[in-house]
Amino acid sequence: MTLRDVKEILQAQVVCGESRLDEEVKVAGASDLMSDVLAFGMPGLLLLTGLSNAQSVRTAIIIDAKAVVYVRGKMPDAAGAKLADEKGLPILSTKLMMYKSCGLLYSRGLPGISDFLAQGR
Amino acid sequence: MAEENGLSQVFEITGKDFGRAGTISTKIKEILQEIGIDSAVIRRAAIAAYEAEMNIVMYAQRGTLTLTLTPTAIRLDVDDEGPGIEDIELAMQEGFSTATDEMREMGFGAGMGLPNIRKNSDEFAISSTPGKGTSIDVVLNLNQVAE
Ligand SMILES: Nc1ncnc2c1ncn2[C@@H]1O[C@H](COP(=O)(O)OP(=O)(O)OP(=O)(O)O)[C@@H](O)[C@H]1O
Ligand SMILES: [Mg+2]
Repeated sequence: MTLRDVKEILQAQVVCGESRLDEEVKVAGASDLMSDVLAFGMPGLLLLTGLSNAQSVRTAIIIDAKAVVYVRGKMPDAAGAKLADEKGLPILSTKLMMYKSCGLLYSRGLPGISDFLAQGR
Repeated sequence: MAEENGLSQVFEITGKDFGRAGTISTKIKEILQEIGIDSAVIRRAAIAAYEAEMNIVMYAQRGTLTLTLTPTAIRLDVDDEGPGIEDIELAMQEGFSTATDEMREMGFGAGMGLPNIRKNSDEFAISSTPGKGTSIDVVLNLNQVAE
């Protein structure tokens, strides 16, 4: 699915990266623990998180994430928003909670990391 | 600062400066990208640098991260002045953490940092003197291009 599909499925607001919405996303993961994201994340990941500080954006950039979705209506802080803008990292914000956001994307066929890796085998 | 067979750059990291935590690693990633190193190697180096930087911010007073590039490798030498680590074997175990609630609220404290630095390194060494500080040396090999 594309980031635009993600936006529609989650009724999300685009905080930045509007011009990249037609890019494809193939795998997603969700966590509020950044060192788990650093350990288990992968390039191209759509990161869903409730952690909206600058560390969430820095972590996404470090792991070459495709985009970040903040759940529960969270918005990036000033430092995070500035960095995402500089790096062209798309950020979406949905009012939905974590469980429902993940469930909706998963049920529309967006796989998690382990499914994605298993497909490749 | 030139070193034998390579170029080094030293970055200062300030303890407890949570606002800037991660900026050095983001910078290191930019430097490696400009040089045009393989993206998978850059990603591993950036992850190792970020976890090491976060540990200095969370646990130490101050520290330095020295990035050295040679024709065959990326080196990250991380040294801090801080409490040090009493039991390195324990600290290296996945899930072991002494992070405070404040650190956990920031998304850290899973006890994954040190094991993940090792996982992303081709060579990894850690040493520590309790009461003085901790040093981590990481090497990532660059794929040799046939001439
Ligand atoms: N530079 C350091 N100085 C002093 N203690 C350290 C240092 N780095 C790590 N430690 C100790 O080792 C423990 C494990 O470190 P590690 O990076 O693996 O996990 P963490 O920092 O607790 O959590 P995470 O890295 O997942 O956010 C820390 O909780 C801390 O007690
Ligand atoms: Mg750590």
